[in-house]
Amino acid sequence: MHSFGYRANALLTFAVTILAFICAIASFSDNFSNQTPSAQIQILNINWFQKQPHGNDEVSLTLNVTADLQSLFTWNTKQVFAFVAAEYETSKNALNQVSLWDAIIPEKEHAKFWIQISNKYRFIDQGHNLRGKDFNLTLHWHVMPKTGKMFADKIVMSGYRLPNAYR
Amino acid sequence: MDWQGQKLVEQLMQILLVISGVVALVVGYTTESFRTMMLIYAGGVVLTTLVTVPNWPFYNLHPLKWLDPSEAEKHPKPQVVPAASKKKVSKK
Repeated sequence: MHSFGYRANALLTFAVTILAFICAIASFSDNFSNQTPSAQIQILNINWFQKQPHGNDEVSLTLNVTADLQSLFTWNTKQVFAFVAAEYETSKNALNQVSLWDAIIPEKEHAKFWIQISNKYRFIDQGHNLRGKDFNLTLHWHVMPKTGKMFADKIVMSGYRLPNAYR
Repeated sequence: MDWQGQKLVEQLMQILLVISGVVALVVGYTTESFRTMMLIYAGGVVLTTLVTVPNWPFYNLHPLKWLDPSEAEKHPKPQVVPAASKKKVSKK
């Protein structure tokens, strides 16, 4: 500690180290939050269901998404990224996941919502397997922290089915 | 700064920073405000800087006793002779 510069350097280094510790503990505290999210998705209408010129099936749906993701927000949450994916099985792929809609929720107040939209992203199959297909609609979310580890989870809703013929 | 002062300053710096960190974490967690935590910690760092980095007088309470200049003249430094010449160096 024999000069101004030496002390300033030592202080700065130690302060940044302690800052790293604080952020690690803040992130760790996220493990103790009690998370009880809920969601419901309704398919209001199948707008059209066709085979594209290149042979792939395509569907357009109108969805009604109701969700309460408020309990996911902690003091260390920057935003929650939520998306709806249609999941189904084909002979070619064990699991197909097609993202239909997503949103960034920046604050707790906006996390309890009800939205009715047609799919934001196109629902296109690899092939023509969608006629009469049973599929799940899964709401995935990623809780993005201000510092530290990101948590991701989902709710699977099953029981949806596409019509047997093109419309 | 004298030796005692240096030791004091190092201890003070570590203790003050750790306390700032702990207080910031506890207050931030209980008020559920990340921003509060960061502000308290930043304030703590600034306070610690003001207390430990400048050379305050109370760090110089045990100054080192340097030799008197007159005492030093009685014992001059030995003459440095180049290595090429083989004269012996004589100290008084």
